[in-house]
Amino acid sequence: MSEASYTYAVARSFDPALIEGLHGVDGAPVHLVRHEDLVAVVSGLASADAEESALRARLESLEELEAIARAHYAVVAAVAPHSVTLPLRVVTIYSGDARVAEVLRDDYARLCSALDRLAGRVELGVKVYMDSSSARSGPSTAAGPESATPGRDYLRQRRQQRQQREDAQQQAASAARRIEAGLQELAVDCRAHRPQDSQLSGAAGENILNLAYLVEVRRIEEFARRAARLAGEANGVSVVTTGPWAPYSFVDPGLSSHGGSGEAS
Amino acid sequence: VIVRDELATQQIALVDLLDRLLAGGVVVTGELTLAIADIDMVRISLRALITSIVEERPLT
Repeated sequence: MSEASYTYAVARSFDPALIEGLHGVDGAPVHLVRHEDLVAVVSGLASADAEESALRARLESLEELEAIARAHYAVVAAVAPHSVTLPLRVVTIYSGDARVAEVLRDDYARLCSALDRLAGRVELGVKVYMDSSSARSGPSTAAGPESATPGRDYLRQRRQQRQQREDAQQQAASAARRIEAGLQELAVDCRAHRPQDSQLSGAAGENILNLAYLVEVRRIEEFARRAARLAGEANGVSVVTTGPWAPYSFVDPGLSSHGGSGEAS
Repeated sequence: VIVRDELATQQIALVDLLDRLLAGGVVVTGELTLAIADIDMVRISLRALITSIVEERPLT
């Protein structure tokens, strides 16, 4: 059989019956590859599709990339409730299950320590947006009726508008810092993603902060309440929280090429 | 409740997914079909692709 192995995640062993009927990329059934107390979550991929040129072509199509990303996400999300799960980078493909088992064996110690670190923890996303209205216009400061110098008034008004815009930006930035710090207290770790392009996200305001927090499962509710409170106290920004996610953004730095915002190792 | 139950009720935004899938996740090496550096290349060309798609949209 010449099938490659698309690998979604590594997890502590669990009963494969729990994910029976789960399908992954290209609708292929998902199975487990075991080494001691670790399993890799895998589905077969036709060898022709696993070739570099074919993959590259697929990944350069947004539709294909989205399909792969959603399949990858769905499999990881299906596994995560059952066992500590270490998501792998999208499009991690080995030549076959035997090779996957070797990787589990060769990287056993590192995979185990990464799993230990993530046990009982989830990732929550927090995005802070600057309100577009406060960025563009403040209250208009029209010249009074007694004005005898309309030209100078116009320039002053322009200056004031620019000042208001800068004030709004500073206000949003400091609100974002307060939110970031206030949530950090409840989190194990935090990583910054690049702010999202509003044209891609379709969001109304400018995304000024795009964070991922690693949070103990028992503190999810508290974190959510704190996020709501901080968002309510903040002026000029809105907050969107996502998750819980499998801890994609918090893989052991020794296992990842992800620069992130840095972490003490 | 501000943590929306997106996982169950609505489709995850692709941008949120790609933040995590293209930058996060464990990288384990060894006979990968695509080298990690190549994935970064894909990401770059993808960004160009997405940008071009966005630009084709009429401004609202």
